[in-house]
Amino acid sequence: MAAFFFPAEEKPVATRQTQFLARSLLTPAVGLLFIWMIVPLALTIYFSTLHYSLLDPGSEEFIGLENFRYFLTDPAFLASLQNTLVLVGSVLALTILLGIPLALLLDQPVIGRNFVRLMVIAPFFVMPTVSALVWKNLLMHPVSGLFAWLAKLVGLTPVDWFNDVPLFSVILIVAWQWLPFATLILLTALQSLDEEQKEAAEMDGASAVSTFIYITLPHLARPITVVILIETIFLLTVFAEIYVTTGGGPGLSTTNIAFLIYAQALIQFDVGSASAGGLVAVVIANIVAFFLVRIVGRNLEA
Amino acid sequence: MARMATRQRVVISTIGAWLFGFLIFFPILWMVLASFKTELEAFAIPPSFLFFQWTTENYAAVQERSDYFHHAMNSIIIAGGSTIIALLIAIPAAWSMAFAPTKRTKDILLWMLSTKMMPPVGVLVPIYLIFKTFGLLDSRIGLVFILCLGNLPIVIWMLFTYFKEIPRDILEAARMDGATIGRELVYVLTPMAIPGLASTLLLNLILAWNEAFWTLNLSTSYAAPLTTFIASYSSPEGLFWAKLSAASTLAIAPILVLGWFSQKQLVRGLTFGAVK
Repeated sequence: MAAFFFPAEEKPVATRQTQFLARSLLTPAVGLLFIWMIVPLALTIYFSTLHYSLLDPGSEEFIGLENFRYFLTDPAFLASLQNTLVLVGSVLALTILLGIPLALLLDQPVIGRNFVRLMVIAPFFVMPTVSALVWKNLLMHPVSGLFAWLAKLVGLTPVDWFNDVPLFSVILIVAWQWLPFATLILLTALQSLDEEQKEAAEMDGASAVSTFIYITLPHLARPITVVILIETIFLLTVFAEIYVTTGGGPGLSTTNIAFLIYAQALIQFDVGSASAGGLVAVVIANIVAFFLVRIVGRNLEA
Repeated sequence: MARMATRQRVVISTIGAWLFGFLIFFPILWMVLASFKTELEAFAIPPSFLFFQWTTENYAAVQERSDYFHHAMNSIIIAGGSTIIALLIAIPAAWSMAFAPTKRTKDILLWMLSTKMMPPVGVLVPIYLIFKTFGLLDSRIGLVFILCLGNLPIVIWMLFTYFKEIPRDILEAARMDGATIGRELVYVLTPMAIPGLASTLLLNLILAWNEAFWTLNLSTSYAAPLTTFIASYSSPEGLFWAKLSAASTLAIAPILVLGWFSQKQLVRGLTFGAVK
């Protein structure tokens, strides 16, 4: 009878009693997350309107939008915004352009595929401070690093990585950390691609290239979008890699927004200006988040 | 003819994949090798690849130079503590959303996801000041708390996607048989949810172990987990490559093993179920 009154999808599993229980089970998590989101954010907004320096306690006063004017017109802001965009863009490009062929390769019948997979995924599990220091010293050191030795071996002048191309060096390290993530997601998507579809295309005489362009690539469009969005969220706030390698320098050449805010807050102790910067970072991240939430939300209905 | 092509393809793709894989893994391998060299050899040009005097002195030196086990213990407490607390809060919430969804469930889920997108640096200042005021700077409890809240949305999401896959018919059957909600939870749901719980636990241990924004900013020495401890090697006076490598190898080994076990769940967890 019940099935007649209630179509299959909407069985009244939840009685009033369970609904009450369900709500009370949900409340702690929602409440905590709400506090976690609202309290610090409200404080950031409040601090951003104050002249507030930890070096000069007791001098707090309301100065309106002055901190924003200061932060946004500071040449350091434009430099760090540019560095942030270059960093995010380059790492995205590197991880996806290398991730696609790598995923395609791992999708082939490879002898010892599981072992190769393990090697490819490994960098993702290395803590950021370790990856950054190992690259900086063991590989990129201008005299004793492995790259310097390789360069000399083929008759080139070794590159002084963190002095000559500091931002590119950071990009390389971060891309190495995120390449496994992109590869793994693309590989997971490839493995769900219908084998028969590919075989049918091959039977019809489609070349490998056109199979890739007309069948594989459209299938990868969604996972690629997901990779872009999720990586962007994490890459916007790359911090540890810069902290242990360059400290934002030389000059401002590797200072991104996250590092700039850190420097203003915990090195210059300028709470007001750092808070204004923090809000700018929140706005930038929200623009990205907007698109990601939409994609995930669409998936939730399916 | 077709067979030949296939065999050729296997050979070519095998060589290609192993080459790529080796290149990507190489920095880690190189670090592990350096950890068994003497400081002089680790620094030497031309570098020695396998034929050097293997030594384990660096591993002993790491413990002597600075109390390595203390920091490893901090990592275990902070990563383990924050994960367990997050699970305890998340299990009821995910259970409720998966089995008694309301019209607002989807909005709540997406809202939770959006809290994860808040860049930590946006709230660095207030969190730092709150920690300072309450004496939580460089304390383990403070880091447990922050990492727990930071990862809570991911934990809830992962559990939700796993719980949703448990067939509801089973619950109804149990209810028909007169099972109370408590019994239902213990005897029916829990056994079916254990694989999902295990992978959620694993992924979040990994994320918390490697977290390097809050740990670097909120801990200095006493509560410093391995991320902060390793960062101390970045100062010029700490330029000991072999010891750095030994400390790093110890710091990443356990998580590498856990990570290799959980690679499938990793995709699911980190994409919030958007790619399975």
